[in-house]
Amino acid sequence: MVVYGVALLSACLVVGMLIGELLGVWLNVEANVGGVGIAMLFLVVASNSKRFKTLIEGASGRGIEFWSAMYIPIVVAMAARQNVVAAFEGGIIAIVAGVAAVSVSFALVPLLSKIGTGKTVQNNEVDA
Amino acid sequence: MELLETVFVRNSLLVAFAVVGATLWISYLVADKFTHGRIHGSAIAITLGLLAAYFGGKLTGGNNGVADLTLLGGIGLMGGGMMRDFAIVATAFGVKVSELKKAGLAGVISILAGVIVSFIVGALVALAYGYTDPVEITTIGAGAVTYIVGPVTGSALGASSEIIALSVAAGLVKSILVMIGTPIIAKHIGLNNPQSAMVFGGLMGTTSGVAAGLAATDPKLVPYGAMTATFYTGLGCLLGPSILFFIVRAFV
Repeated sequence: MVVYGVALLSACLVVGMLIGELLGVWLNVEANVGGVGIAMLFLVVASNSKRFKTLIEGASGRGIEFWSAMYIPIVVAMAARQNVVAAFEGGIIAIVAGVAAVSVSFALVPLLSKIGTGKTVQNNEVDA
Repeated sequence: MELLETVFVRNSLLVAFAVVGATLWISYLVADKFTHGRIHGSAIAITLGLLAAYFGGKLTGGNNGVADLTLLGGIGLMGGGMMRDFAIVATAFGVKVSELKKAGLAGVISILAGVIVSFIVGALVALAYGYTDPVEITTIGAGAVTYIVGPVTGSALGASSEIIALSVAAGLVKSILVMIGTPIIAKHIGLNNPQSAMVFGGLMGTTSGVAAGLAATDPKLVPYGAMTATFYTGLGCLLGPSILFFIVRAFV
């Protein structure tokens, strides 16, 4: 059943969010600490395990794949509801700080990608 | 007109699906016909979304872009946190545990490096613009981390609302720039495998920016980038009002 997959997906997210909130309280920060990431780990474990077969195979799996495929449309909707006006009118310092942070971070991607692999990453000329 | 409004408002989410679907259809058509696939259709759609958000915000004076228009209220629900997180988690379906393990260490290091580097860059910009109060410098630096870390840090330290607004703006600029810039820069920074996507997510950290940027680059990379990015804001909120503030106070 399609809904089994959707239910598994929902359960992963809700439990992940709950753990993220608990981590936030425990660390004394006003934020959800990695709730989505934890939920993703749950789903990865479930989708790689035989025990959850009925929840991930056949029609159940299509229930998860549907939401995975809806990802790009949802991201487009997300872009359309950003406060773009505030970003532009925040003043020059906001733009400079944002641009500088992104440029430096882009430049670090090829450097940190090498950690733990022992081999160099292809196309690593940096011109960010 | 009133009739139209009633139907649109009552079925707001369905209107959103239809409008976003049409936007994607046009975007893929443009990508195919005019750029011959050089620019990804979803990159065009996301840019159109941001443009619409700008005009929506100008028109209504609200904070939610196009979602503040009565007829397009459903965009707010469709593009809101709940649906975004739901779809992001769904992309993890079928991800191999071995890929995650391979990039695990690099991913964790990149989250820490990402928060600290963005903070330092933001703080330096604040210093360059003549800010001398450690609370203000820390808040602006935290804004360069993400637009959530900025206000969380600012309110914890008692920064003024103008400074908090500035930090939110810096975070928004970052997020929008990552959305648009990632597909353009991807080739040059080797962003073409799960490992570099995890590092990328950890370094950038803005969940919306990473989510949209990777979608427009290669949807297969989305789960890896999103996984690390979601830990970033939490870490930023942890470090911003504490260690990072103490460091700034010691230097200024």
